[in-house]
Amino acid sequence: MTPVLEAKNLKRDYHIPGGLFKPGKTVHAVKGVSFKVEQGKTLAIVGESGCGKSTLARMVTMIDPITEGEMLIDGGKVDIASEPLTSEMRSKVQIVFQNPYGSLNPRKKIGDILTEPLVINTKVPADERRDRAMAMLKKVGLEEKHYGRYPHMFSGGQRQRVAIARALMLNPRLLVLDEPVSALDLSVQAQVLNLLADLQDEFQLTYVFISHDLSVVRHIANDVMVMYFGEAVEYGSRDQVFEDPQHSYTKTLFAATPRVDVDAIRARIERRKRVA
Amino acid sequence: MSLLEIKNLTVEFQTASGPFRAVDGVSLKVDEGEVLAIVGESGSGKSVSMLAAMGLLPWTAKVTADVLTFNGRDMQSMSDSDRRKIIGKDIAMIFQEPIASLNPCFTVGFQIEEVLRIHTDLSRKARRDRAIELFQSVGIPNPEERLGHFPHQMSGGQCQRVMIATALACNPKLLIADEPTTALDVTIQKQILDLLMKLQAEHGMGLIIITHDMGVVAETADRVIVQYKGRQIESADVLSLFESPKSVYTKALLSALPENAVGGRLPTITEKLTDTEIFAGAVR
Repeated sequence: MTPVLEAKNLKRDYHIPGGLFKPGKTVHAVKGVSFKVEQGKTLAIVGESGCGKSTLARMVTMIDPITEGEMLIDGGKVDIASEPLTSEMRSKVQIVFQNPYGSLNPRKKIGDILTEPLVINTKVPADERRDRAMAMLKKVGLEEKHYGRYPHMFSGGQRQRVAIARALMLNPRLLVLDEPVSALDLSVQAQVLNLLADLQDEFQLTYVFISHDLSVVRHIANDVMVMYFGEAVEYGSRDQVFEDPQHSYTKTLFAATPRVDVDAIRARIERRKRVA
Repeated sequence: MSLLEIKNLTVEFQTASGPFRAVDGVSLKVDEGEVLAIVGESGSGKSVSMLAAMGLLPWTAKVTADVLTFNGRDMQSMSDSDRRKIIGKDIAMIFQEPIASLNPCFTVGFQIEEVLRIHTDLSRKARRDRAIELFQSVGIPNPEERLGHFPHQMSGGQCQRVMIATALACNPKLLIADEPTTALDVTIQKQILDLLMKLQAEHGMGLIIITHDMGVVAETADRVIVQYKGRQIESADVLSLFESPKSVYTKALLSALPENAVGGRLPTITEKLTDTEIFAGAVR
């Protein structure tokens, strides 16, 4: 079976123009990353801010062109630098952003937000657009009455549901989730993670899940890729990466993650008593 | 005698649709050398209750409390100028957004020396030496040079270190850290938490950490208070909270941690719980 997404040695450079006294500079944001994701699976990309994970997301969603390397979606080569993006390609990959307060237009009703991808990319008539939006609202755990409301009337978790619904309107093959739960409270985070898992089962969706929260990654991912300064320092199945991390950065990352199990707390209290 | 004692604190805001109660009957105590974590989701009133205790809320807020004392002195009857002598000196606070809480127009050195200028009688030279010493203690390399830098020249983690140094400038008895690591990466979070715990132990300060992250609670606290919609749900020492949570809400919250379920679905009990059930299950 061909993987839904395959990347071979992806690179992305940003050129910063120089001034009169300053020479131009090139930032290598992503320095040659290769991976592939099969249908219905989740690849998690982990790393700290500035490591290039969002740049990677922009390349996968065809927002930014690739500087070097090859990207195949459903076996077909994609290169938006040389050929214009078709609406067919656009509907294959969709993205959900981190901040649901910023990613929904406050001046549009939820219904308009949901039908917009259909207006732009398809020739579906208005009444069918409306029906599909209604159906999608129910699918993500909202109600039909929410169709005519504005984003400010919703909580963070509900807005993230709207953002997910919008991404699913075009029946994408691949969904890029750029820190979808990091702005949410713990109990709401659990609800959104469950929703994502339900949708994946129902539509056989493929996820590229970007996160810095290792506990979330461990919960949701099949494969994990750890990025550090634009390079993939670790790539493997979840169990492989979590049980036997190879790279020193991955080990630092695991060591830095707070642990909530009772034994770890007991050990910490003991340490503290000894010092005091 | 406890350092900070609050009994039955209530904060109300006047809104267009009548008064809104952000904090409802919160009581807490912090002793010297103790680390208290206040944990809750957004809107649980955890920040507001601390701001109220420090008198930093706008006039639209109505603050009432049966007892509100710091180091045995009543904070409610105190004049504003007396309160200002305590705040920043004996009680210091660190805020969530390190970059936003520093003034972008002044160097970090100016901002840390300003605290010393207002609260101490140190000479200009002595203030500068103290600032360098503080920067060293929070682990900022080349402190002499760094004092002349502006906030935008530093990373988020470095800015938070500056904030901690500023808060510690007058050796406070109580430090309140409001989501000190939320805006930072995990590796930096670890460094900042370790630093806070080290300084807390060295100075024997009382430390209140406000957070929504159970991981941060597990790594730092001695005692924990769980809040929900302005009310106190549970108060326990850290081990018993994680080992055997008593209230339904805490149980639900802990079970929603992704660590507790690999694959499959997470239990979302809080979704089904009504407010009345949560409040009824409160264990003080």
